[in-house]
Amino acid sequence: MNRKPFPTSTGAARPGLRFRWHILVFLAPAVLIYSVFMIYPLFNSLWLSLNNVHGEAKAFVGLQNYHTLFSAEQWAKPFWNALWNNLKFFVIHMLVQNPVGLLLAALLVSRIRGASIYRTLIFTPTILSVVIIGFIWKLILNPVWGVLNPIGINQPFLGLESTALPTLALISVWQNIGIPMMLFLAALIRIPEELMEASRVDGANAWTTFWRIQFPLILPTVGIVAVLTFVGNFNAFDLIYATQGALAGPNFASDILGTFFFRTFFGYQLQPGDPYMGATVAGVMLLVILVGVLVYLFTWQRRLQDIQF
Amino acid sequence: MGKKLVWLAVAGMLASFSLGLAQKTKLTIESWRNDDLKIWQDTILPAFMKKYPNIEVVFAPSAPTEYNAVLAAKLQAGTAGDLITCRPFDLSLELYKAKHLDSLNDLKGMDNYSEVAKAAWSTDDGKTTFCVPMAAVIHGFLYNKAIFKELGLTEPKTEAEFLAVLAKIKASGKYTPLVMGTKDQWESATMGYQNIGPTLWNGETGRKGLISGKAAYNKGGFLQAFEALAKWRPYLGNGYQAQAYPDSQNLFANGRGAIYPAGSWDIGTFRQMNPKLELGAFKPYTFGSGPCVIDDHPDIAMGLNSASKNKEAARTFLSWIASDEFAQLYANALPGFFPLANVKYTVSDPVAQQFLDWRKECQTTFRSSYQILSRNANPNNENDLWNASAQVLNGTFTPVQAANYVQSRLASWYAPQKGNK
Repeated sequence: MNRKPFPTSTGAARPGLRFRWHILVFLAPAVLIYSVFMIYPLFNSLWLSLNNVHGEAKAFVGLQNYHTLFSAEQWAKPFWNALWNNLKFFVIHMLVQNPVGLLLAALLVSRIRGASIYRTLIFTPTILSVVIIGFIWKLILNPVWGVLNPIGINQPFLGLESTALPTLALISVWQNIGIPMMLFLAALIRIPEELMEASRVDGANAWTTFWRIQFPLILPTVGIVAVLTFVGNFNAFDLIYATQGALAGPNFASDILGTFFFRTFFGYQLQPGDPYMGATVAGVMLLVILVGVLVYLFTWQRRLQDIQF
Repeated sequence: MGKKLVWLAVAGMLASFSLGLAQKTKLTIESWRNDDLKIWQDTILPAFMKKYPNIEVVFAPSAPTEYNAVLAAKLQAGTAGDLITCRPFDLSLELYKAKHLDSLNDLKGMDNYSEVAKAAWSTDDGKTTFCVPMAAVIHGFLYNKAIFKELGLTEPKTEAEFLAVLAKIKASGKYTPLVMGTKDQWESATMGYQNIGPTLWNGETGRKGLISGKAAYNKGGFLQAFEALAKWRPYLGNGYQAQAYPDSQNLFANGRGAIYPAGSWDIGTFRQMNPKLELGAFKPYTFGSGPCVIDDHPDIAMGLNSASKNKEAARTFLSWIASDEFAQLYANALPGFFPLANVKYTVSDPVAQQFLDWRKECQTTFRSSYQILSRNANPNNENDLWNASAQVLNGTFTPVQAANYVQSRLASWYAPQKGNK
């Protein structure tokens, strides 16, 4: 805690010292681009969510839209449905994608034969377009064409309310598993060889070494992967849209916040778009993600810092 | 550089001078049908210009997904063409209300259209029409003639016959009786509910009843249509819940299914996918007595830009659109899209001609949710019908549940339906 990576600012207050222009110059591009393309649209969207049509013109309505979203039945029901589905989508990722990704990384770091080939193969789906992923899985899982019928799988998984969402989550896991795997792999590789050696000398087997040496040392990465998964899942839209369409069927069983937002903001078929309620949904999405990230920062990250320093 | 500009200016002046001499009026058509560019340039427009050599018409389409936005921007800026291709219902009504389109009530040829044909481009009270209807799509059933011959089946006319035919195909075990899936949802509503329903809810009487509040989705014909739809369930293919629209098209085109609930636009698709497919068609079946009613859904029309400087010529062109000559050309260039004018024309594709003949045999109406009832963003009547129809076929809704779902959500915002919960 008593490290001082930078000189403290006692010097800046001293009169006569020149203003350090180069700081501004170096900061300017990032600040400008972020302000114009991220911060301004963000606040503009939040402002939009505080307005609605009043008679013919746009008018400020305060938190009225949020009130409608949470209380009016035709808004609250699909909203909670989407949020609940989104949570399930996230939990499946946390339970499948990240542990399996860690397992794969642990296997790859143990220098099994052909590790680089596996690494490439497992990462490949990540760089494919979601449209292709959705199309391929739609065909594979379609009993009409019977790709999986020989091995006894002939259920319309994407067409049943009970299975549509888990199936989509697993497709998404299959596609994205390369990312946690790579992050874990990079972290595992960074562990100093001496620590591993010491544990071998002490007579620890691979299992003990993993849980006592490797896992504690990659905890920061576990946290990063969790928060990346959280943000990615609660912003997810593309896979569901590509496989199930904007109505996220059947009977909205696969509707998540992203698709709910899309329908509300842009409309669909005869449904006219509603930019005000759409911005409101976006506002809630922002809030959900913000809360999640803050929880991460104040619990996980802070504890890690306590350990590290 | 300067010299070039001068020459260009001179050339421009000469060009406009010569145009002035010829007294040629130039009209531009705004459209989203960029697929049809060749048909307009090579077939339709030359026929018009031959008849009216003083008018030159240019077809200038934009991409279908961009059309609405592009057109709105052009109209705002005053750079839009003289003739505007009209989307059905609210989008064009908005343009008329914003005074971008002229009323065409007194246009020569407008009396060639029925009330139903004009409804998609008229004000809610039906008094003013602002686009000349061009084409509609018709719903019905396509079937595989070879399969029918093999199994010794005949075209069904009533519901009982229809279900008997389906049962026989199912018993044979070789083909999917009814080729439709519920994955994309819209087929369930469009090719299912809105296909067989109009006969049950008495076409226009029922549809207008919904708008006025006299009819309801959970009563009479509208409820019966859900009940009739539920009877399709045992005859859909294996895993139909995951079967999307392209899957259905492929199954039927490859001869693996017998009957396909269709929109007339599918005719062209199947002709292209498998030219050897022996295509037959029968109209939506009836339920005991009573007249048949078909869904003759308006899709495309043309209006006059209020800011046009060549209104005289534009009106001449619009009157020509209402003529038998245009109908004949258009219907044959785009089989499955049927001109709406009550004029005589024939279609060379026999199956398309069959669809067209149903207009003479049956009353016509269009999809119940398209006029006025789907104006609300949430709940939206059209989306609700997709969901409810798909769920009836999936077996997750009973017909009564489906009808109550659609009706209560419509009644939640649409004033004339408030009492009908």
